[in-house]
Amino acid sequence: MSADSVILIEDAHKIYNTGEVEVHALRGVTFKVSKGEFVGIMGPSGSGKSTMMNVIGCLDRLTQGRYLLDGIDVSTMTKDQLADIRNRKIGFVFQSFNLIPRTSVLENVELPMVYAGVPIAERHRRARQALASVGLADKERSLPNQLSGGQQQRVALARALANEPSLILADEPTGALDTKTSEEVMAIFQRLNRNSGITIVLITHEPDIAAYADRVVRFRDGQICDEDVVEEALAL
Amino acid sequence: MKFRDIAHIAFRALGKNKIQTLLTTLGIVIGVSAVIAMVSLGQGASKLVQDQIASMGTNVLQIMPMAPRGTSGARGTSDQSVALTEADVEAIKDEVPTIAAITPVVNSSAQFISGNQNWQTRIEGANEHYLEIRDWKLDQGSFFTDSDVRSSARVVVLGKTVALNLFGDSDPVGQTVRVRNMPFQIVGVLAAKGQSALGTDQDDVAMSPYTTVQRKLQGQTILSISRASASAVSADATSLAQAQITDLLRQRHKIRQGQPDDFRVNNLTDVADAAQQTTLVMTLLLGSIAAVSLIVGGIGIMNIMLVSVTERTREIGIRMAIGSRGSYIRLQFLTESVMLCAFGGVVGVLFGAVLSVVVARLLGWPSLISVQAAAIAFSFAAATGIFFGYYPAGKAASLDPIEALRYE
Repeated sequence: MSADSVILIEDAHKIYNTGEVEVHALRGVTFKVSKGEFVGIMGPSGSGKSTMMNVIGCLDRLTQGRYLLDGIDVSTMTKDQLADIRNRKIGFVFQSFNLIPRTSVLENVELPMVYAGVPIAERHRRARQALASVGLADKERSLPNQLSGGQQQRVALARALANEPSLILADEPTGALDTKTSEEVMAIFQRLNRNSGITIVLITHEPDIAAYADRVVRFRDGQICDEDVVEEALAL
Repeated sequence: MKFRDIAHIAFRALGKNKIQTLLTTLGIVIGVSAVIAMVSLGQGASKLVQDQIASMGTNVLQIMPMAPRGTSGARGTSDQSVALTEADVEAIKDEVPTIAAITPVVNSSAQFISGNQNWQTRIEGANEHYLEIRDWKLDQGSFFTDSDVRSSARVVVLGKTVALNLFGDSDPVGQTVRVRNMPFQIVGVLAAKGQSALGTDQDDVAMSPYTTVQRKLQGQTILSISRASASAVSADATSLAQAQITDLLRQRHKIRQGQPDDFRVNNLTDVADAAQQTTLVMTLLLGSIAAVSLIVGGIGIMNIMLVSVTERTREIGIRMAIGSRGSYIRLQFLTESVMLCAFGGVVGVLFGAVLSVVVARLLGWPSLISVQAAAIAFSFAAATGIFFGYYPAGKAASLDPIEALRYE
């Protein structure tokens, strides 16, 4: 185990019990992400990539296997401990933005810090800084429904950055955006990764979005079927 | 996570749905104000009854001679007995510390004549402390004095009914009435007291010094008194005074242990207690009926909170994903519910206070806003918030973030 790996998942199994049927969603996945990497996860639906995303995001626990996040074993943690880990270590960006409605942009960005118990003044400062880094410094008083899709996703990204997480986990972040806006949002991801060294795991099924990543991992039937640097992966 | 932040989130959430918040709160407002109005009116009614009893004098003791039970032959009426003397009255005044004032009372009745008007009424002979004992006020003029008592002066103080019947609207003070062919000077008129609890007109009376009644009106050779009226230093001291007077009189009358008393000491405290008990029961009854509406209001809160949790499932999922513990979510929803109820409680207390003042004024009752009832109703409302908010909050806290995020 290298000291600089943000994600280290070894021999991960996840079995869902939906009544009579047992679904084996992950079948022995071993997956590693180093600090500062930009990794794409691809795969058809039902391939286990959503399960993988839930596991990486500490929203779900493995049935079997080990998961070290930032060197901390999270596989045996309680719900509350996982909530704290999500709060401090992971910044989520979702396909449908998932901002809290009728709540100002600034308050949305501050929310992870509220749960982390950051004092108000510090919260304001960091939230404004995060908004500035996604180019929305002038929108802090707006409500989410007054913003365009691209702007909402940038707010979500600012919220993900707010608590200075070890990892940004983006689940189809451009799925609800048009091509031009997608490119703008992906440019921000890339800039954050290149300039600030933020580790990013991106789940997508679009090859041109995956192309922003340094490395792409493909899932099929609950296993990693292919792992390569981006040029080769996309060439296939 | 600080509670202040949770309270802020809860407050903002309520602010987003103002109409829903107001309507939900209305149930609690009605419940709380009903409790307060009912209890306040009940206490007002209780005060009214107490005042009526107090007008007869709750700390008044009547000491009457009574032929003891079990003696041979016919028992005389209390008036015929000479078992109570002025000396007894003096002894009670000197030796019973719980007695504030005492007067001998001599009852008589006579025709009062003034010009061409006449009126048959009761005469009560007493000393100068009578008004104080009965808690009675003068309407006009003054009461007779101790020198009038010592000199058996022919002075009289008329009750309101007597004054009206003899003099109509003109001022009787200073005028003269003829009683048994003797002129009596009118020195004062008593304030109206109205009917007694037994329905007799308390104002149909005339007061004179008891010595005057004994010597001038009744022509007694052996001086006797009908009874004595005393007031205890306080309503609480009444029972003690009663016991002390009994002891003293038994000793003075040389009644041996086991022998029955030849007198009777009565007080109105027992009547007052019974009346108070009745109004208390009424108040509790009305209050508990009102409390039912508070419970109904609480169920309304629970219903809305459940709807709110379902409506905001996705929001809960987002909050959990970005790091809220289940307990923070629980606390947030619980705080929302308690805030709803506390707000309803405050408005309800104010509304209930106004309501009870208005109703009391319409009925002409004394309005007593019960601070105690307000405090209880308010805490009960807040407790309702916790009780009926707990299940919805628990439901919110136990949501699975993955499911909640997927909820449309």
